[in-house]
Amino acid sequence: MTTWVEGFLVILMLTNLWLLGSSRLLSCIAAVSVQGVLLGLLPLVIGIDVPVWRLILQAGISIGFKGIALPLLLLRAARSVDVRREVEPIVGYSASLLIGVAALTASLFIGLRLPIHGGAAPLLLVPAALFTALTGLFIIVSRRSAIVQALGYLAMESGIAAFGLALAEQEPLLIEMGTFLDAFVAIFVMGITIYHISREFDHIDSDRLSSLKDSPQ
Amino acid sequence: MILALVALPALAAVAAFLIRSHALRRSLLVAVAVVHAGLVGLLWIDPARFPAMGTWLASDALGRIFLAIASLLFLAVSVSAVGFLQRESGATSADTEEGFLFSNAPEAVFTACLLGFLSTMTLVTVSQHFGLLWVSIEATTLVSAPLIHYHRHHRSLEATWKYLLVCSVGIAVALLGTYFLAASVPSAAGAARSAATSLTFSGLARAAASLDAGWLKAAFLLLLVGYGTKMGLAPMHTWLPDAHSEAPSVVSALLSGALLNCAFLAVLRVLSVCAAAGLGGFGRQTILVLGLVSMAVAAGLIIGQPDYKRMLAYSSVEHMGILCVGIGLGGLGDWGALFHAVNHSFTKAALFLLAGNFLAAYGTKKSSDVNGAAGTLPVTAALWVAGLFAITGAPPFGVFSSELTILRAGVNAGAWAVVAIYSALLVAVFVGMITMLLRMSQGGRTDLPNQAGHIGSAAAGGRGMALAVAAPPPLRAADTALSVAAPLVLLVLTGVLGLFIPQFVDTALKQAALLLGV
Repeated sequence: MTTWVEGFLVILMLTNLWLLGSSRLLSCIAAVSVQGVLLGLLPLVIGIDVPVWRLILQAGISIGFKGIALPLLLLRAARSVDVRREVEPIVGYSASLLIGVAALTASLFIGLRLPIHGGAAPLLLVPAALFTALTGLFIIVSRRSAIVQALGYLAMESGIAAFGLALAEQEPLLIEMGTFLDAFVAIFVMGITIYHISREFDHIDSDRLSSLKDSPQ
Repeated sequence: MILALVALPALAAVAAFLIRSHALRRSLLVAVAVVHAGLVGLLWIDPARFPAMGTWLASDALGRIFLAIASLLFLAVSVSAVGFLQRESGATSADTEEGFLFSNAPEAVFTACLLGFLSTMTLVTVSQHFGLLWVSIEATTLVSAPLIHYHRHHRSLEATWKYLLVCSVGIAVALLGTYFLAASVPSAAGAARSAATSLTFSGLARAAASLDAGWLKAAFLLLLVGYGTKMGLAPMHTWLPDAHSEAPSVVSALLSGALLNCAFLAVLRVLSVCAAAGLGGFGRQTILVLGLVSMAVAAGLIIGQPDYKRMLAYSSVEHMGILCVGIGLGGLGDWGALFHAVNHSFTKAALFLLAGNFLAAYGTKKSSDVNGAAGTLPVTAALWVAGLFAITGAPPFGVFSSELTILRAGVNAGAWAVVAIYSALLVAVFVGMITMLLRMSQGGRTDLPNQAGHIGSAAAGGRGMALAVAAPPPLRAADTALSVAAPLVLLVLTGVLGLFIPQFVDTALKQAALLLGV
């Protein structure tokens, strides 16, 4: 089982680099979708000490929402405005990858030094989780397209949820459900907003949403 | 019974979504607000009737204050909302600033989201578990986003997107902080405790001595940044002026008066855990610095602000800063900050409702274009003057006495630098806001806007047609009982609190301040 876990975590880290380096929207959506599926599979292979039905429910929700439903929703939004790629990100793709590598190093450095009490968590879990969350945050601030920003938020949420796996035994089910539900609804509401943006403006570039600011007198 | 407080508005929200008749839905909105306020009143009179539900839901002294604020404001807003919906609910209307046509969101969606907003805010005030607190605060963001997007046009859409993205990221950071908090609980205690009590406020307070200080500090900072974003503390406040100025005024009143306080409550909950673990000093210092930064940023943007709704929004940033300064100073400051939260909520909600009246009548958010209001909207104008003096801390209103209390806390603590900065910023904001008031009261012309066009065209003779087109549009709304009743009551309340604090309020504030720890 340990090899599976470490394998999944390495793939999770690679999807981050994939997300950072691709300009095609479809590719970004796929990367985030893979992250959702991985996040659903992780609790099954880590061997957390909670009832099996709870593990399966958690996996089902994560794969269903983050792996399938939300990516499809964003895909539809992207199709409706006919956007295929992010043309000019605020930070270029090579620079993004370099920053990603730096974030990976920092996550490994910090993550391996943060002792999680109980010690049941796999070695790479915390670094992988931090790296995913940082990648998501970076995507949000460095891309113009609202769809890619929503993808960044989804990645950030996945990273934080992965961190939560280290503490999963302490978390009551209801809270987990609430967390999942909120993440789902957040993306859902974002999806609707993106749909409205695309209808109103014929574009989804959030940096052109700039009519609201403090105007001098 | 506690569950009823949360469930009643939630069920009503579902009903509002299904009801077809406008009149019935509006009555439902007000009825739920009245019943909710009644239940909260009952809770204040006899808390024993509302026993805790498990370890997750309970109403303590701290939560009760914020619950009362939210419930009273909602009652006031629901009355104004009826007037607002009567005026606005139609197929298409013209934008007040740029003149294009747009249609509003369906009234059923708006009412349902308003009721859902009340339900989620109530849940924030009664939750006793950090996970549940997080879920409920995130839920307030999600139900309020459609409210900000009520006017379906590009500016409100832009505001909604910024609100959603910035607050969601902030709340995600708070989730990471919540996990860090869970990680700070040592495993020895972890094995012994039952899963359900792990992240409850009381459970953490009991285990406080054994919490890992490093994790706890990191958790505090993440939670402060996360919930501080939602609270509108600088430099995480960027969403706030846009959302508050573009949302319908009834929604702005709720956002500013009730929602910001809910996030403040979350910060206080985290602080009380830190205090129990002996990190209170660290926590308070951090909050104090954030508070002063927020006040300074807000003061800089208030001075010379031409848009009166944005000015009110920045004033909210300033007052959230004042709350943080009070908490940062501690001691008497705790009491002062909690009292200030009450005063600020009432006053600011009243001001936003009045700003809505101006916007409806004049169709502009520029303060220099609102002229001669004393003649056209006499009650609104009079209340606006009173409200502006109240919010800037002029006696005899409640804001004055709570700001003075926080100042005294600073003097007691011997924090002279803080006292100096705090006072200077208060004066700066006072000057900025009163300048706007002068601009509104003097302006260029003092005659009625619809007559101005008439006079202008008559005087210009042959070029009359062109001038008549350029003349300001006629007034679209006048003072009605529905539009001024709620702000009047709210301002009277804060006036009364400034002159005399009822015993039960004082006791409640003292009990709540005790919960914060040292």
